[in-house]
Amino acid sequence: MTAPSTAERMTRLLTLVPYLQARPDGVRLADAAGDFGVTEAQLRRDLDLLWVCGLPGHGPGDLIDLAFEGDRVRVTFTAGMVRPLRLSTDEAVALIVALRTLLEMPGLAEGEAVSRALAKVSAAAGHPGDVHAPVAVSVGAAEQSLAVVRDGLERGRALHLHYYVPSRDERTERTVDPMRLLLVDGRWYLEAWCRNVEGTRLFRLDRIDEVSVLESPAAPPAEATERDLDSGLYQPGAESPLVRLRLARTARWVADYYPVEDVAEVADPDGGLAVAVRTSDLSWARRLVSSLGGAALVDSPAELAAQVAGEARAALARYAD
Amino acid sequence: MRVAAKRAERLVNLVIALLGTRQYVSAAKIRTIVPGYEPDDGTERADEAFKRMFERDKAELREIGVPLETGRTSAFDTEDGYRIARADYELPEITLTGEEAAAVGLALRLWQSAQLAGAAQSALVKLRAAGVEVDSGRGVPIQPRLDAGEPAFEPCYAAARDRRVLTFDYRRPDEAAPHGRRVQPWGVVAWHGHWYLVGHDLDRQAPRVFRLSRVTGTPKAGGPAGAFSPPADLDLAAVVARQESRAEQLVVVRARPGTAIGLRRTAVPLGPAEDGDDRLQLRTTEPEQLADTLAAYGADVLVEAPRTVRAAVVERLTRLAALGEPR
Repeated sequence: MTAPSTAERMTRLLTLVPYLQARPDGVRLADAAGDFGVTEAQLRRDLDLLWVCGLPGHGPGDLIDLAFEGDRVRVTFTAGMVRPLRLSTDEAVALIVALRTLLEMPGLAEGEAVSRALAKVSAAAGHPGDVHAPVAVSVGAAEQSLAVVRDGLERGRALHLHYYVPSRDERTERTVDPMRLLLVDGRWYLEAWCRNVEGTRLFRLDRIDEVSVLESPAAPPAEATERDLDSGLYQPGAESPLVRLRLARTARWVADYYPVEDVAEVADPDGGLAVAVRTSDLSWARRLVSSLGGAALVDSPAELAAQVAGEARAALARYAD
Repeated sequence: MRVAAKRAERLVNLVIALLGTRQYVSAAKIRTIVPGYEPDDGTERADEAFKRMFERDKAELREIGVPLETGRTSAFDTEDGYRIARADYELPEITLTGEEAAAVGLALRLWQSAQLAGAAQSALVKLRAAGVEVDSGRGVPIQPRLDAGEPAFEPCYAAARDRRVLTFDYRRPDEAAPHGRRVQPWGVVAWHGHWYLVGHDLDRQAPRVFRLSRVTGTPKAGGPAGAFSPPADLDLAAVVARQESRAEQLVVVRARPGTAIGLRRTAVPLGPAEDGDDRLQLRTTEPEQLADTLAAYGADVLVEAPRTVRAAVVERLTRLAALGEPR
């Protein structure tokens, strides 16, 4: 195995001469560096290296020749390197799977253009379009709201939403300033400044029941900041109170889904897991515990356990009638 | 650094030399025409040094996808030589319209993991070198993120790509401890917001689906590449869907007016019951999961039918009612 940087540099070195060949009028060094995703200094080192490479014999007429004019460079002799190397498996997968996924997302890119691009790229990659790729993304059912939300983002307009909030089992109406669309693990989210709660919120597109584009321009205030996705979609406030639960085996998945703290294996219930969840919303916690149907025991707060039990007794009374 | 640059220079010269010939070129000839190899001074040490360097160089070129062929030009050749067939090396002609190029630009922004984001970047550079103008930064603020934040994603993807057997520890939610699995990985797929590994479980001798979030530790690939072939008509998402969903059931519930908003979003209203509640018809492929949801609505929702779902909800409520009592 070689270090990724060596492979990366080799791929770049083999691609640079064809890249310049495709631009007979030359290209600004800064633009070329941007296209290759490297610094200008690195690009110069690459060009210096290529300059002493060439055909066997390595006489003056055999070497790759470059012409520097001001801040521009062009190639005057390619030594036979006229086309880039074929796409590697990873490159073909990255392109083909992404284009296939785009096809499943109406409203994001023009469908016909994506199909044609997919056909052309598959042919150039030497992969027939139907070939099995080792990775796939199945995007949830085509969401009607995607095209409307995208339209609002593109035109820089505020949106009016009917949004379902599962933690309170409520349908809410709100006006939001859209900031960006996110696709995470096959699910779409709109990140927006919510004028009603005066805060940045993530809205799951499959929970938007109705959406319309308003005339009012989108104007998220300066304090509206995009959240860093690498630290997870849900980021509870650090000061929120802790709800302490003991999860039975069948409810251990809760620890995968929500940010939890103080995780510890426990013997009661057998094979269980003690966790602490931060939330300022006790009704959310009540729904969570109730929906676990007894597979989560509440250690604290005591009123949470009492509320859940009280509701369950009221419901049982109806079944007993 | 200097050594690395020398090596890169040698590799570029090697590619140029082999691209420029239709004949197979022997290793001895390569040693004389490509600068940078240990020259032949008649000693065994120099021969060994050259052989080692040349083996490493061949492996490096193959790793980045250079189709290095081995063979003999004529029956009189006494040893194998090397060449690179231009038609196999070069990216074929490709021209994209502005709209098609925009789709490619957007597609290439979908990846986040080091492996596939890096591959997307180098694919982009190759397309640009083929004369395609791809604008990668244009358009609306959309941040699709196709690949998983799961640590198991990259090793699983790589093993499926190389078709090598994968071993890993897997913990089902109902198990106390993780168990070792040996799988021929067919692929990884995002389905309904979760990532899955799909493959043939070698111990159970059957296709299996694994949630990446339940893989503990780092999966390890073993054995040779190309060790198996996935089924020809494989649809990764369909395998997960088959495993994760069962036959659809109809469930009828009564909901107090103005409550159970979440249920009503997908329910078919059946009109009022005699006590004034709304009768709703629900569909589910996951009756146990639906029972969880229904129990969480408490006294606002009463299950009429079927009896199995009704019993499942009563069972949950009975357990929940005991939560308030000291254990």
